[in-house]
Amino acid sequence: MSRYFSLFTVQLRTSVATAMQYRANFIIEAVLSVAWLAIALLPLIVLFDQRKSVAGWDQPSALIVMAYFMAVKAIMEGMVTPSLVGLVEKIRTGAFDYVLLKPVDSQFMVSTAGYEPQKVIDLIGAFALASYAFSKLGVWPTLPQVAVGILLLIAGVLAMYSLWIICAAASFWVVRLDNLIYLLMAVFDTARWPIQVFRGAWRFIFTFLIPVAIMTTFPAMALLGRLSTRTTLLTLAGALAMLVISRLIWRAAIRNYTSASS
Amino acid sequence: MRSAPARALRALPTLLRIGVAETVAYRAEFLVWMLTATMPLIMLSLWTSVASEGEFQSYSSADFVAYFLGVLIVRNLTSNWVAFQISEEVRLGTLSMRLLRPIHPFIAYATSHAAALPFRSVIALPIAIVLLISSGASSLTTEPMQLALLLPSIALAWLITFGIMFAIGCCAFWITQAFGIFNFYFGLWSLLSGYLMPMSIMHAKFPLIADIARSLPFYYMLGAPVELMTQHLSGAQVASLFAWQIAWAVVSVLAALVVWRRGVNHFEAVGG
Repeated sequence: MSRYFSLFTVQLRTSVATAMQYRANFIIEAVLSVAWLAIALLPLIVLFDQRKSVAGWDQPSALIVMAYFMAVKAIMEGMVTPSLVGLVEKIRTGAFDYVLLKPVDSQFMVSTAGYEPQKVIDLIGAFALASYAFSKLGVWPTLPQVAVGILLLIAGVLAMYSLWIICAAASFWVVRLDNLIYLLMAVFDTARWPIQVFRGAWRFIFTFLIPVAIMTTFPAMALLGRLSTRTTLLTLAGALAMLVISRLIWRAAIRNYTSASS
Repeated sequence: MRSAPARALRALPTLLRIGVAETVAYRAEFLVWMLTATMPLIMLSLWTSVASEGEFQSYSSADFVAYFLGVLIVRNLTSNWVAFQISEEVRLGTLSMRLLRPIHPFIAYATSHAAALPFRSVIALPIAIVLLISSGASSLTTEPMQLALLLPSIALAWLITFGIMFAIGCCAFWITQAFGIFNFYFGLWSLLSGYLMPMSIMHAKFPLIADIARSLPFYYMLGAPVELMTQHLSGAQVASLFAWQIAWAVVSVLAALVVWRRGVNHFEAVGG
């Protein structure tokens, strides 16, 4: 266990050092993050200019869903995406063999290969957005609500991470991973709106098949104190189940892996 | 010795065949890439959910469906990834091979992407039919002139997009990673092209952004052809739409060629 921890800190330290080398890049990223936030919020601003509520969500509540969307996205892009982008290269060149030879778990190795510390800016942005939304709402969440909200944020990140791992595993068999990454990002984009916005089959798909609802909508409802205990527990169970399933798929994929060089 | 255009023309059938073969060879990737362009459906779900509680600025549910399915079709037919291809080839040095060929890479890339268009139509056309059936003809234009001009308009949008993406790809000559520039471009594009919402809705809240958008290329890459498809426009509106589209098509192709020329002078092949 301590080996895993020290590996983790080493990787993190090198990533921070790399990021600090490019200070100009850091500032550009910060400016871009703010610009992206503005663009993402634009439809909500235009929409709630004329409407009090949409699909049962008023503006501040919808902003909280958006804040969760930004937070999950920031954590994913900061902690998981860089590693998996590196994985594409490793599979293509055959360097993935060396990962498999190492005396640590392969999923751990590919999940922690790199970080983008500058995504912290986005995380701060998400926090600021949520604070603004609550100040507009006039009601601040209670301590238990914050606790559940954070717990479900972690669950949401884990659910998204599981989808990533499943895609990475799928890339051993079928297509190139970078295409699947784009597809996954496109699906995850649906998480920016509350799930109630979607109707019929779409709502079913985004709740159960590709559970984007447990990544943003349910955590936001929890933070607002609108989520029943039952749904909270189901959300946690769902995230855990996805984690287990992705782990099983990963291990099956590793057994099937044929190197690029042989 | 043949002239350059004649040479390109003679090679055209072969280039097209190669493009078709590439698309067929990488069909899984192609399909995934097409599925990725689902963002209009995400915007669609938001706006139809809004319109289901009553019209939003004269846009009914059916109007939104027509608009965003139009966006899906136009984007499906006009988007390309030539910027990534060029930046990848510059980074790996394989671009040297293209420089040896007697055909301008702009034409080579353009034909290769054009060859994929029939396959893209296979995906775009069923959507068009769904659009017709689900939202009824009321949300589509019945003006014969607008219908006749739809294809030229999409073609111009394709050319503008291709020119800009080509120019972005050429930035790799100087900075080796064009992704930052592409992200910046994509942000501007999604704001100003009518991707997030119809331009008239944007105009109601942010008139300044909408006015600026109407003189920039982004709107003519997406919003303009979609409106030609879904709205009734006056003759003067159609004329101005085409004047802007042609002007931006010329500018973006020229920009692509100029950036390319300057970039190639700057190019040092990796390992070469």
